[in-house]
Amino acid sequence: MRPAARPIRTTVPVHGEESLAAAHRTVDEAGQALGYGLVDQTKLVTAASELVRNIVLYAGSGQMEVEELSRGGQSGLRLTFTDQGPGIPDVGRAMQDGYSTGKGMGLGLPGARRLVHEFSIDSAAGSGTRVTIVLWRR
Amino acid sequence: MTAATPPSAHIIPLDGILVVTLPPLLGDSDAEHLAEQVGERLVAEQAHAVLIDMAQMRMIDSHMGRVLNVMASMIRMLGAETMVAGLRPEVAMTMVELGMDLGGIRAALSVRHGLADLRARAGRSE
Ligand SMILES: Nc1ncnc2c1ncn2[C@@H]1O[C@H](COP(=O)(O)OP(=O)(O)OP(=O)(O)O)[C@@H](O)[C@H]1O
Ligand SMILES: [Mg+2]
Repeated sequence: MRPAARPIRTTVPVHGEESLAAAHRTVDEAGQALGYGLVDQTKLVTAASELVRNIVLYAGSGQMEVEELSRGGQSGLRLTFTDQGPGIPDVGRAMQDGYSTGKGMGLGLPGARRLVHEFSIDSAAGSGTRVTIVLWRR
Repeated sequence: MTAATPPSAHIIPLDGILVVTLPPLLGDSDAEHLAEQVGERLVAEQAHAVLIDMAQMRMIDSHMGRVLNVMASMIRMLGAETMVAGLRPEVAMTMVELGMDLGGIRAALSVRHGLADLRARAGRSE
């Protein structure tokens, strides 16, 4: 596996199901370079999988940015998922467990929030969606 | 973690038990076909149980969880039993925090434990 250049900063275009494998690989490599433990590594890859899949399912295309952060001697990764899709009319509802407009379990957004240290979502009907997550290295 | 084309599942019949080995990551189209493949083999082999070997799986997201739950429901309707085996602790931990469970699917620590359990149960019911 090629070592990720430091500081880590990369963008993965998302244009369909095929992008999921590339997104996994990128987050996996970045996480290993940063040195997460196995549980955190799995949590980050899983959260990224949920958010990339949402882009594929609801917006069709978009992107994932991966950036290394350091704050007060701590390092971490920030993942930003952006699309220009239909947006989410009621973000509060979308963040509730079990709420899905599709055939999903409605776990992607609230579940991803539980898997990371910081989570923010910015979306409105007609203006696309941006979700940002941060996981610090413990 | 993945090659350009992610590997698909392997299915081996073993004395009436279908052992399904899942790769580190299952691509979406392979995941969609999994239940269909397993259903066909189950009927062809007249198996009484499906043991899903999860030991290689690096991650189970809500999509994969749904695939497994749907497959287990299908297997139940065909009159057979599903058991998952060898789930990695970090994967199990992540599933719990994601808020996902594998409903009524029985679980075993390893394929070896799972096979022993399924054989013992089949022996009792005969
Ligand atoms: N990027 C997005 N663009 C537009 N709508 C979105 C986006 N992401 C999520 N949504 C909306 O928010 C709802 C909840 O998303 P969430 O990921 O929590 O559940 P889900 O995708 O429906 O099911 P699951 O993730 O469990 O398979 C979705 O059903 C969808 O309506
Ligand atoms: Mg989702």
